[in-house]
Parts: sequence; C-alpha cells; structure tokens
Amino acid sequence: MQAGAYNPQQQLPNLTQQINSLSINGQPQQGPGQVKQPPPGPPQLFPQQGLQSNVQQPPQFQPAPGPGYRPPQQPQPVPGGFPPQIQSQHPFPPQSAGQPPQANGYAPQPQQQSYPPQQPQPQAGPPHLGPPGPGGYGVQSPPQPGGYMGPPNAGYPPQPQQPIQGQPQGANYFTGPPVAGPPGPGAPAPGQYGMPLAPGQYPRPPGPGGYQPNLPHAPSGPGVPQYPGMPGAGAAAGTKRLDPDQMPSAIGVMQEDQQSRGGVFQTNQRGLLPPLVTTKFLVEDHGNASPRFVRSTMYSIPAQPDMLKQTAVPFAIVVNPLDNPARDEQPISCVDLGPMGPVRCIRCKAYMSPLMQFIDGGRRFQCLLCKATTEVPPEYFQHLDHQGQRVDKWERPELCKGTYEFVATMEYCRNNALPKEPAFIFVLDVSYNNVKSGLVNLLCSHMKSLLENLPSHTPVGFITYNSKVHFYNIDSSLAQPQMVIVPDVADMFMPLLKGFLVPRAEAINAIDNLMNQIPAMFHDTKETDAVLGPAVQAGMEALKASERVGKLLLFHSTLPSSDLAPGKLKNREGDRRLLGTDKEKTVLTPQNTYYNNLGQECVGAGVAVELYLFNNAYIDVATIGQVARLTGGAVNKYQYFQADIDGPRIIGDLAYHLSRPVGFDAVMRVRTSTGVRPTDFHGHFLMQNTTDVELGAIDAGKAIAVEIKHDDKLTEDEGVFIQIALLYTTIFGQRRLRLHNLALNTCGQMADLYRNCELDTIINFLAKQAVSKSIDSTPQAIKEGVIARCAQMLATYRKQCANPSMPGQLILPECLKLLPLYVNCVLKNDAVAGTQELTPDDRSWMMYNLMTMGVGQTVHYFYPKLIPVSGPTAQLDNPLPIRCSRDKLSEDSAYILETGIYLFLWIGASVNPDWLQNIFGVSNLAQLNVEPITELPDVNSDESLRLRGFIRTLRTERQRHMRLTVVRQRDKMELVMNRFLVEDRTSDGHPSYVDFLCHMHKEIRGLLNQ
Amino acid sequence: MVIRWGRLWPLPFIEMTLGEFTTVDPFKVVKVVESQVTLHRRHPLPRRAIKEECPPTRRCLYTPLKERNDLPPIQYDPVLCTRSNCRAILNPLCQVDYRAKFWVCNFCFQRNPFPAQYGAMTEQCQPAELIPQFSTIEYTIMRAQVPPPIFLFVIDTCMDEEELSSLKEAIQLSLSLLPPNALIGIITFGKMVAVHELGCDGCAKSYVFRGTKDLSGKQLQEMLGLTRQAPGQVPAPGAPGAMPGQVPRQQGPVNRFLQPLSSVDMYVTDLLGELQRDPWLVPQGKRALRSTGVALSVAVGLLECCYPGNGGRIMLFVGGPCSQGPGQVVNDDLKNPIRSHHDIEKDNAKYMKKAIKHYEALGVRAAANGHAVDIYSCALDQTGLAEMKFCPNNTGGHMVMGDSFNSSLFKQTYQRVFARNEKGELRMAFNATLEVKTSRELKVSGAIGPCVSLGVKSGCVAETEMGMGGTCQWKFCALTPSTTTAIFFEIVNQHGAPIPQGGRGCIQFITQYQHSSGQQRVRVVTVARNWADATANLYHISAGFDQDASAVLMARLAVFRAESDDGSDVLRWVDRMLIRLCQKFGEYSKDDQNSFRLAEHFSLYPQFMFHLRRSQFLQVFNNSPDETSFYRHMLNREDLTQSLIMMQPLLYSYSFNGPPEPVLLDSSSIQADRILLMDTFFQIVIFHGETIAQWRAAGYHKLPEYDNFRQLLEAPMTDAQEILQSRFPMPRYIDTDQGGSQARFLLSKVNPSQTHNNMYAYGGSMPVPQSSADGGAPVLTDDVSLQVFMDHLKKLAVSSTA
Repeated sequence: MQAGAYNPQQQLPNLTQQINSLSINGQPQQGPGQVKQPPPGPPQLFPQQGLQSNVQQPPQFQPAPGPGYRPPQQPQPVPGGFPPQIQSQHPFPPQSAGQPPQANGYAPQPQQQSYPPQQPQPQAGPPHLGPPGPGGYGVQSPPQPGGYMGPPNAGYPPQPQQPIQGQPQGANYFTGPPVAGPPGPGAPAPGQYGMPLAPGQYPRPPGPGGYQPNLPHAPSGPGVPQYPGMPGAGAAAGTKRLDPDQMPSAIGVMQEDQQSRGGVFQTNQRGLLPPLVTTKFLVEDHGNASPRFVRSTMYSIPAQPDMLKQTAVPFAIVVNPLDNPARDEQPISCVDLGPMGPVRCIRCKAYMSPLMQFIDGGRRFQCLLCKATTEVPPEYFQHLDHQGQRVDKWERPELCKGTYEFVATMEYCRNNALPKEPAFIFVLDVSYNNVKSGLVNLLCSHMKSLLENLPSHTPVGFITYNSKVHFYNIDSSLAQPQMVIVPDVADMFMPLLKGFLVPRAEAINAIDNLMNQIPAMFHDTKETDAVLGPAVQAGMEALKASERVGKLLLFHSTLPSSDLAPGKLKNREGDRRLLGTDKEKTVLTPQNTYYNNLGQECVGAGVAVELYLFNNAYIDVATIGQVARLTGGAVNKYQYFQADIDGPRIIGDLAYHLSRPVGFDAVMRVRTSTGVRPTDFHGHFLMQNTTDVELGAIDAGKAIAVEIKHDDKLTEDEGVFIQIALLYTTIFGQRRLRLHNLALNTCGQMADLYRNCELDTIINFLAKQAVSKSIDSTPQAIKEGVIARCAQMLATYRKQCANPSMPGQLILPECLKLLPLYVNCVLKNDAVAGTQELTPDDRSWMMYNLMTMGVGQTVHYFYPKLIPVSGPTAQLDNPLPIRCSRDKLSEDSAYILETGIYLFLWIGASVNPDWLQNIFGVSNLAQLNVEPITELPDVNSDESLRLRGFIRTLRTERQRHMRLTVVRQRDKMELVMNRFLVEDRTSDGHPSYVDFLCHMHKEIRGLLNQ
Repeated sequence: MVIRWGRLWPLPFIEMTLGEFTTVDPFKVVKVVESQVTLHRRHPLPRRAIKEECPPTRRCLYTPLKERNDLPPIQYDPVLCTRSNCRAILNPLCQVDYRAKFWVCNFCFQRNPFPAQYGAMTEQCQPAELIPQFSTIEYTIMRAQVPPPIFLFVIDTCMDEEELSSLKEAIQLSLSLLPPNALIGIITFGKMVAVHELGCDGCAKSYVFRGTKDLSGKQLQEMLGLTRQAPGQVPAPGAPGAMPGQVPRQQGPVNRFLQPLSSVDMYVTDLLGELQRDPWLVPQGKRALRSTGVALSVAVGLLECCYPGNGGRIMLFVGGPCSQGPGQVVNDDLKNPIRSHHDIEKDNAKYMKKAIKHYEALGVRAAANGHAVDIYSCALDQTGLAEMKFCPNNTGGHMVMGDSFNSSLFKQTYQRVFARNEKGELRMAFNATLEVKTSRELKVSGAIGPCVSLGVKSGCVAETEMGMGGTCQWKFCALTPSTTTAIFFEIVNQHGAPIPQGGRGCIQFITQYQHSSGQQRVRVVTVARNWADATANLYHISAGFDQDASAVLMARLAVFRAESDDGSDVLRWVDRMLIRLCQKFGEYSKDDQNSFRLAEHFSLYPQFMFHLRRSQFLQVFNNSPDETSFYRHMLNREDLTQSLIMMQPLLYSYSFNGPPEPVLLDSSSIQADRILLMDTFFQIVIFHGETIAQWRAAGYHKLPEYDNFRQLLEAPMTDAQEILQSRFPMPRYIDTDQGGSQARFLLSKVNPSQTHNNMYAYGGSMPVPQSSADGGAPVLTDDVSLQVFMDHLKKLAVSSTA
C-alpha cells in the first residue's frame, strides 16, 4: 500500500504512448497552459500542496482541482458551466486568486449547484440500450510533462444520441469528437453499457464499452508500491488529478435505477435482474420470490463451473427470510393443507412450489430440484388443463407464487407437540453499573409501554441478576411480586414453575408493581459483579421449564469476571493494539468456548438471546457475543450509557425490536437444483450439519448469506432453482413454513453473467466473507484477497467481454461499475478493517452487526447517505443524497450523514442563522452546545418539524434509533464523521475512491498482462 | 434408706431402690435425695472388675434436666478444683477446712484454697454448694449473655392442600408459643429448597437451591451472602470449636433469614399463609420430588454459618420420603416401594447407605454447633425416618411420627414441644454439655442417649467403650426435663492397688446448658457409693440391685447393638446376659431346675427381659424401618418410668367390682365383662370385653337406669385422656372391642399364656373362646409364653454346662 503506483516518472513513456495512440476526443495533452481558464467552481479534492507549490500555484485557490482533465474548450458546452476536468496542478489559477483561502486547505465547492445528481434528467435513451458501440467511460491519464502524472481524463465520450448538454453529469464528459459508436469488434454485451448514471452516452473512442478511465499503464515493476496516496509518496500522490466527480457515482447509479426501474417489478421471469435495493419499487409475485426476501449476486449462472471461477464473481444469495412485503404489496399467503401437511418431493423433500411440474394427468409431479417424481396425495389431486397446468393453479399460492407459507403440522414441531406462544424474557443486570447509569430505572419505567408492542397473549417474564440470579413471580393472584433468588450460579436452574411467564395483558398490574420494586430494591447496590452465563442459562431454563421457546433480552454491563460463576473472562483489552495486525484474531475470536456452548444449548432449546451491552469498559464482545450469534440474536452496544442522554435510544431500539416480526425456534434449509449446492452460510445462526441453519429466532431485519457452488456442469437452458424453506413458530404460537422460491437462468456466455450481476449483493456477500475470514486469516491477506478478487472480476470482463481496447483503459461492466467504489468502502469499513482506532469490542460489535445485515442495510452501511438538510436544496420529503465526500459539504449548509448505525448532523460554519434559529433555537453556532444533543430540540418551526420528521423516518427505516451526533464544522467530532465520508482518503491511510480506482486499474492491467 | 418413687400410675411391679448412702463423711452428709440419678448397682460396687459383659455391671441412668423446685438459686460461678486436669466442682462430699479456708477435692485430693469471697464462711454458715442436701445444685452464670434461642422451620410443601394448610396453621399457632425474642427462620422445600428472607417490604424474597446438590457450609455462606463472620470463625463440623462452656459469641447484626419473632411476626404469618404446594407437576405413577436431604443440609448450614454454638432447633416437617438428591431414600417412581426391613436385610435398600451417611454427617454437624434437629413426619407411608434418625438422635431433637398433619396426634404433640413450666419458661434447654468426673477407681466408658460424644479425653475415660465412649463429655443440643441418658462405668485397679475396703467411689455430673430464658446454667450432681467386695459381699451387691433401671439400661444397650448388629444376634446376647445374671445371683443347686430362686430384687427382671425380647425395639417384624427407628428413638431418650412402660406396657382392668386395678399383662386378663386400658407409651388402647361391647352396642349406657354402666365406660376414657394430655409425643388413641380388628394392639403385647396351641393341649377339645369364663382369651400366636420362657431360663441357669 505504498503510494507511487502512479509514479508519473515511471509511467510517463507509457502514458505518452497511450495518449498518442488514442484519439481521445482531441485532448491529447494537458499542459498547464490548457487550464488557464478553469471553469468556475470545480471541486478540488486533492489540494496536494507540496506539488502545487512545485508549479507555483497557490493550492487553495485551485478552482478546478478534479482529477478529470479536459481541454479548456470542452467545458463550455456543458450546461451550468460545469468544468469537467480540471487539473489540480494548474499553475496559474488567476481567477481563484481572490478567493479566500480555506483554512483546511479545501477548495470551495461550488460544484454543488451544478452537480448533476440533484437535477436528474430523464435519459433520452434507456441506458441499457446503449449505442452499438461500446459505451462507457474512458478516463485517460495523459502524461504530464515535468514528471507529473497526467491527471487521468475522465473521458466520457458522449453518446451519439445524447447531447452533452443534457447530461446530468455536466462535468466529466468529453464533449469532443464523439468517437462514440464505432462498433468495436466484439462489442460488448449490453451489460457493459448502461451505466445508470451516465448511461452509456459516452462511448469511448477506441471501442470497448464500459468504464474506461485511461489510467497510466503502470508496469508493476518490482518495488513499485501498490497504492497511491500513501505517506512517503506525497510528491507522487499529488500528481494524480482525476476528478472524483467523473468517477462512477453511487448516487447517480441509484437515482438512475430509481427512475428506470422504479414502479412495479414482476417476478414472472426466470433470472430477471431486480431493481437496485435502494430503488423504491413494488413487487408482484408471479412465481419467484421478491428481491426483498432473496437476492442473488447473479441472475444468470454460468453453466460451466470453470467460467464462474474465471470471473471470480461470487455466486451467493442473501436471504431475508422473514422480511415483510412492502406496504402496497400483497401480503404473504398462508396455505393450510390440514392434517395432510405440506406436499413434498419424495426424494429431496422440497416443498410444493411453482417449480413442480405436474405430469401424468396431474397424478404425479416432478420436482425441478432433483427431478424425482412423486405421487400426488389423493387429497391434493387436481386435473390439468390443456397447458398441462393444474386447474387450480391460480387459486393455490404454492403453485403460483414465489413466496408463501404453509401451516406446519405436528411433525414439524418440537417434541411433536403444537407450540405454545413464544415468550419474551427480560434479563436485567442490576449490578452497580446499570443502576448508576440509570438504565435500571429507565427500563423499569418504560417497561409497560414497551410491552405494548407485544401481542397481549405473549408471555413475558423478568429476571434480574448481579452475582446471583433473581427470578420474579408475577402471578396476578399474588398480593405482591415474589423475588426468588438462585444463589448457586454455577449450576443454574429454574426455581419457579407458575407465575414466572405470564401473558402480558394479564400480568400488567403485577409488572407495574414489580417495575416499581426493582429500582427500589437495587438502588443502593454495591455489587459490581454480574454473572452473564448463568443469567442466560436462567432464561433458557425458564423457557425450558415452561416448554416454550422464546427470546431473552439481556441487558448487561460488565465483563463477567466472577470466579464463582462459569463463563469467567479475562480482560484482554490490553491487546487492542493487535487490531489490524496479523495477530488481531486473538482478540476477535472467543477466549473460551463457554459462550459458544451456551449458545448451542440455547438453540437446542429454541431460545434466542439479544444482547444489549452497557459497558463502560472492555466487555469482550467477541466472546460474549457468541451467544447472540449462535442463537440468531444481535449484539447491541451502548457504551458509556447514561440514561438521560441515551435513554431515548435504547427505548427506541427496544420498541423497534419488540414490534418487529419475528419467528422463533426456526430452521432454515436451502435446497437447490442439481448441479449446484449451498456451501457456506454467513449470518447469525447455528449449523451443526452442512444443511440445516438453526436459529433460536430470526426477525425481519436479519439476513443470511449463502454461498452456492457448482457441483457439476449445468445445462444452459434449464436454469438454477433455489428453494429456501424456513420452519418457524410465529409470535402467536403457530408453527409455519415460509418458502421462497427463486429461479435463475443459466448461461453459456460470460457476458450474460456480467450483465445480470447484482453488485449490492456481491458486496454484501464479499464483506461478510471477509469478516468471516478475519477470525482465521490476517487482515492483510483478507484485504489483498478482496482486491484481487475485485480485480479479477473486472479483468476477466475486460479480457473476455469487452471490446479490445488500449490496455490503458479501465473498462468496467455496467453492472459492476461501482465495484471499485464499494470495495474501497468495504476495505475502509470498521467491521472489515478496523484498526487501533477502534477498541476490540467495537470491532467485534461491527462484525456482528455486519453479519446479519441484508443487502438493503449494507448499501448505506458501506456507502453512507449524505443528505443536505438546510437551505433551498434540502428536500426532506424526497431527500437527494450527495456523494460521500468532504468536498460536497458546503460551509453554509447542514447535512445529515447516516450509515444505519450512526447518524450525524453536520453544520457548516456559516450556516444560515435563521436555520439555526429554527432548528436549535440559537442564533449563533457558537452558542450551540452540541455535546449533549442526541435529539433535536423541540422547536416549533416548520423546518424543525420537517427535520425531526425526517430523522424519525430514517430511524424507522433502519429499525434502529440511531443516536444523533451534531457536528459543527471544525469540531473535533468532525474527525469521526470524516471516516464515513468514504470517497475521501481517511486519516488512517485508506485511499480515496480515486486513488483506489487507479490502484484497481493497475491491478487489472497487471492481470491482463499476465 | 429405701426411697419409693411416687407412683404415676399404680405400678404393681416397679419398685425402685436407690441404694444406701452410707458415707463416712466427716461433714455428716445425712442423706442425698438424688432423684435424678438412678444408680444401678451402685451400692456397693463390686471391687473387682467383673467381665465387661456381665450384666449387672456399673451403669446408671441420668436425667440431666429433671425438674426440681428445691434447687437454691445460685447466681455465681462454681468453684473449681485448681488441678488443671481435674477441674471438679466443689460439692458437699469435699473435705473442707473452715479455718484455713481450703477444701480437698474428693476426686483428685488436691487442696484448694477458697476464693476470697468465701472468706466469711463458717461451719454454721455454709455456702449452698456445701450443704449436703444440695448434692444437686444449679449455678446461673450471670456474666454470660446468651442470645435467644433460634427456631428454624423447615417445611415440606409436597403434600396435599389439606395437609399443608393444617401444617401451616399448626406452625402459625406455634409462633404464639415462642418467646418473642426468639429468632426464627423459614425454609420450604419440595423439588427445590427455598430459604426465605424475612421482613422485606414490597417484594417477598427467597433464595432457592437445587434439591439435588448438596452444599457445604462455606458455599452456602457465600451464596446467601452471610458475610458477617470472618471465614475462620465458623467452627468446622466436629471440631472442638464450639466447645461447651464457651459462651457463644454474640453475632453481629441480625441477618435477613433469622429475625426476632417480635419484628417479623406478621410477615411470617403472611408468608406461611401464602405458602403454596410445590407447583411441579407430579406425573401419574410418580412420587413428588422432595429434597429433604438438601433442605436439612441448608438449614444446618445456615445455622452453622450464623449462630454456631448458640442453641437452636431446626424443626423439619416432612410429608413423605426424600426422593432426590443427597439423602434420597427412594426414587420418584411409585413402582419402587420404599425399603422395608426385609430389603435392608437382603441389602436391597439401594439408597440407604448413602442417605444414612448424609444424615449422620448432618447430625454431627448440627450437634457440633449446638443445634437440635426435630423431625415431624406425618405420612401414611414411611418418610425415611430410618435414615434421618441420626439427626434427632445425635442432637437431642424430637422425632414425631404420625399419619397426618391434620391429626390431633400431630397438633397436640407439636404444641407440647413448646410447653412451659410453672414459671412460664419453655420446658426445653439448648446446647447442653454433660461432663462426667469420676474418682480414680472409676472410669467412664460411654453413654447411650440423645447425644454425641465430644471426644474429650481425660483421666477418667475408660479404655473400653460402651455406647458412645472415648470421651468424658457429651453434647445434648436440646434437653427436655425427661431426657435421660445411660452412662457406663468401668472399675480399674490403679497399679494393681486394691480398692480400700469401705472407701467410696464418687461421680460428678456437670451439665452446662442454655436455659430457655436465655441464661447459661451449670447443674452439678455429685454422688458417692461405697465399695464392696464382690466375692465376700455378694449379698450387699445384690441388695443394691435396681432391676427397673437395670432393665432399661439393658434395653438401651440391646437397642444400641441392634442398630448395628443382626437382630437375632442381639436377642441371643440379651438371653446370654440374662442367663449369666441368673447364674450369678440366683439361688439354685446345680442342674436342678426346680431349685432355682431369684432374690426379690431380681424377681421381675426376667419378665422385663421377656417383654423386651418381644417388643418392637428388638422385633422388627410387622414394623417398618421408620417405625422401628421411631420406637428406638423414644426408648433412647425417655426416663426410666416411661421406658419401662415402653418395654412392658401397663394394663388396667375396669369392672363393676371395684376401682380400676392393674392386672397382669397376660392374655388371662382379657375378660368379657371388663374394660382394659393398656398404655404402651405409644398407644393407649381401651379394650372392651365382649359382654361390655355387646352392652354398649345395645346402647345400655344411654339408659338412665344403667348409669353405672355409663360410668364404667367413661372411667377408662377419662384416665386415657389424662395420659393423652400429658405425654409427649401424644400416643395413638385406640378404642376397640374384643374381637375387633384393632384389638391386635393389645393381643400383640400380652403374654400369650393361652394360645391356640396350648388350648388343645390342655383341654383336648375345641375350646370356645367365650366359654373361658375365667381363663381370658387365647392369642393366636406361636410365640412362647412367659411361663415357657422362665422354664427355659431356669433350666439354662442351673445347667452346669451352659
């Protein structure tokens, strides 16, 4: 990871050659002189002062520092005067001389106004139907005299059909001679155009579509450092001047997809690529599961395993089995076949689905997964119509829908007995920490309202614990609640039979009473020890004793260190400096197996554990989180909790948690058609064999990623079928099977694969895979592996699918256009690459979080949403995110940045005082004490109402009460927030988007040259 | 002089002598009325040691807490002999020099000066402990501040609703009988064991333990948070930490589980009121899971941690056998019945050994800390008393066996535990230690009673052991006025020196105990007997024979042996002892059976032995192990009178002919026109002769003209009521008619002088029972009658070959 990969001196000859050989829109050279008239207001991302001084240019005033380079005449046609490629090293930026220098060295960012995403324009031509010629971006990096690396042009040759002026990306486009359209030989499949943002309008001159920044053809000679922009190569780093705005933009892609694919999505076709997960769309279930439930990384599966291997694109699905349909979609139908139970294939036990083919006049059916034929049970018989379809096909959801449920019969139940209603048990640590932080008080006072999120028949129970475990008898017949203490924590058992679990509605008075008692009983506690393992056991035993399954909500505060209780852990926080090193796995893996065994036991009893941690010090999330991980629960962390500040957060989170749909005591099984087979599973669950995913509970927010591998060659026309069956108990105590069916295409052409990729899912899967590996590999190896894989995907495309072109070009398949961006984001992410800046606890917590995220969550987790919330551009009703870059933040505005976990409100230094007044009730930013603010004050103004409503919406969407952190420009907190501006370089040395893209290009070329 | 005991009942055959106190006392000890000590064969002592097994060996019954109103109130400390290995207490038998103000210890002959406060004493003005009539004296140690007694209720909840509510009521009622400053605690158990915290507001708290896991005292201390004591302060079980005489240290603040009754009275009443049956489902064909073993262990541990060496009672109420965990006596499957004597013999009682070990260890622990364990067992089946007996037996606690907590037997008995004397003090004492000191020629070889050995060696401990030996001190965790222990002595000739003719042997019994009023008291009894030469003066020796006491002591020894030995061995041993006694003290010519005579002092002894052999103490047939344990427990602790009743029940006859009269315990006493009242101690049987029964059935007693019949019917009932009112435990009351099924209680006890066997022999024709106008009723048994027994005894006694 050394800078200098772009060392211009080394690359100069190549670049020159390249430029000369290419007719890139007539912009062969960018001399300093060419930038004498920089268009107003391009962003300067990389001020690189040292370099600029070389060319005697005051960097601060660099008006157009984008890496994109364009000839001076090109900007003019662009509407809004957006200057596309401004070399950052302009020696003479006369216009900028008058501009005030930025203290932080950042150039003003006037491009906001002209930035296209805010003004999306309908594309005249569907991007996917690009020109015959290769569409795509070409970024060239012409040689720089004087040893500068040529800032690669973001050469986007306009598509013939598309007038440049109409482009949303006013910047970045070559408006030069449209070399577009020369249908290069081997014109790539349509997939390679269709960049959602600037969809294929810019056929690169020399041919192949795709995104082709012409990066220096860097021969990776020995000793050539890998990454640009690293310390020690400052001089070299400063040389690249790619304009980040010209790089493929996530925002743009999302918006384009929203526009083109929003609306109704019908799942009637096999292998139909669904809209992006960020797109708002409605699903009509016509035989395939909605992408809300199942997303595949690819919808055309290569028939040849070798081909898949060659492309290095992972084949995986990400399943959110219990997710809900969107509001306007049809609810999931539930089929009750009575005592007969679900009809299943005789061999592979797949459930009746649209994939089953009825033959023999409807007397038998053939399973498309295993090809076996099964007799139709007499009760289920129905005649076939002239098309060979059952007459009742459209009346039976299991024959015409992709997703449906069966009511399970007794044999699907635990102990062959119909289940009782699952129970919720609150297990509350009442040791000194939690009492002092006010948590005990807070929870007890909100318990009544929290419980209202549960059905009235749901049994609830309460356990508290410190060095002993206390059960409560809340039988409504008792005059007062009884506390039953089990002091023998080494050998936990359930001391109560009746009165511990009582339906919520029945026990409401007793609970009220108890909730008054608990804080009173422990308010002066001196106990600092809290036993964790026995508390979990206690809950589990309680559920076992009542023959129920259920969930434990565990509120814990300290590292369990008691000698008397099992599960004692030692403090290994001293090892935090290990993070990021080869030895990091020693702090990321559990220190003993106690909590794993406990988790297994819990799953065996149908118990899920949700951990809520309120630690003030090291608590070893890596170890204790195993209980949650194996049982299908989650780890929630509230470090340095203080009830008055963080109260709304935990209460909000709990309310979300309790109201979320949840399935208990679940088993998930993924069946696939022959030829492929699920191999690896990522998520929170327990697997004791290779096929059954056991879950204590699973809720709507949790996803499981499943990697699928080829066993054999597939036939091209048959397709791949996947049936995901989740057997679970509803909160009302009904045993059900939820089925998701998905049919994918098979293909013989690699191009088909690349055209039908789902990047968000790929990223979700790759990230989870990386996190899974982090417990047995080294961070360096993981990182390199991800980069290599990414490079191979792109290189294979380049080699096999793209038109032949200059090797200096970076060509990206349309579907994977954002791959480098996202991979860079993944590699920066705390869960994957957290280093010493994080505590081991935080790192583990992030890893746990990531493992359960669905595609919808990871998108913004890796690429946070940055939304302007002040000023005229703020459209809170229909928020328009902007690119995650520091340069996009304007000093006179305010922004919200949201990752699904964090929520920042960034306020520019010269924000409009009126806005401040309206939101915070202060007129001056300096008067604002941001520290204690976790919620916006209740100011009666339109703007405040709107902003608060917006935040509320965000939190509801995320099902998480993200803590609001208010950051003033130039506050210390800004450093924290900057970490989430993922397109930028981070302080700990992760490359910016542009740097990474260049590096990726180099890697690809390295591969191509092999 | 001969002292006749006042008769509680007309006892035709019990006459006790205490022997003569012919002392050569310079201080003219005239007489010592020593009613507490029934010295057997104490006067004169045989000089030569007779073989250990010889029956009339040297032993006595001692009732430490005999209620006496003639004791002077002494509120100062006793004066001890200064010799460090003697420490005997000044007594009337000591030689005193009033001028020089010193006294000579009558055990070690050490000259001791009197303490300063005795300076004013003269021959005319003696301190009470020197006045001969106060050979029994009680000191109240004022400086010792003893905490109030502790009552820890350990309540089984595995019983049906009715039983449990009766039990709850009984306990609630008993709260009013306790001194208000008493500390009380509550433990309930079923499948699990719950220790209740008392007096908490808002939320009832209890600590619950698994019923299958035993906990050491230390674990319990940690788990219950009993941190008031530094670890080392808890005396290890059995260690001499909580030594008698050491005043138990007042513990720190009152802990949460044991609180003064006065402050938690209401709370406990409510707690008991809310007490529910054990909620765990008992499947068909299963027993309830009951964790008696752990509950008791927790109770013992709790007191051990909190109040070691402070008197207390653990009152265990059980309604069934322990079915899990340590102390389990049966498993929870109803298919497997609880062990019987047969199983035990065949070694089929699979849980028994372990259970016994568990309870025995608990008994020892409790005893070491001075805590008594009572067991109130009420169930139709056995509850495991045979295993649990060690707890009450070692600690001096009560064992009560009944059928139901709803019966008056239990309720009355339980109430009587808290009986008070005329001063209004509970008739119980706690945490007592009995120490025996002997003069040189005597050694103490053991004790049999509701106590444990404290393992204290001293110069007066004999090498041979009888009962619990090897010590001169025993611990009685609880005493009642009737608690009686047997003590055995041995005579040694020191260095072969003959015992001087005319000398005396002295014994001092020192009992330190915690009085129910919260005072520490020391009771001292000193007795002396003359020496006699066994070869020369056998007559003297036999004249001092107390056959009643001897019979009871023999019974205790036999029962003690029966606990460990095979039943038939014990019987043979009893026979052998009897034969030897007859050989030694009978007058006969060899091999002439008819010449055999026994002196008056011995005349009833064989009869006692006959009944002892037949009694439930040695015969287990028809009794469950629990019953056997219960009977033996009572025999082991009751005083002489009651013990004799147990061995040989009393029988009274009521007729129109005159006042009720005691009659022979013989089948011939069963007459059709009489009403019999039998008192076996455990049962009171009213037996209506055949004619009486018919009359009663005809309702004559309701007719005014037959008022005398009504009176006759009522007379035994009134008498029975009297017994029922006073006895502890309350006997079972049985009202039956001749020929009734319950008549078996009587028939099994009477001497079967007439049976179906000898009736044929005598009459040669089919005898009709009714026709036996004067012959009583035959008993259908193969047991030998007393006559046959005596014939055999004579034959064997006179036999030269035996």
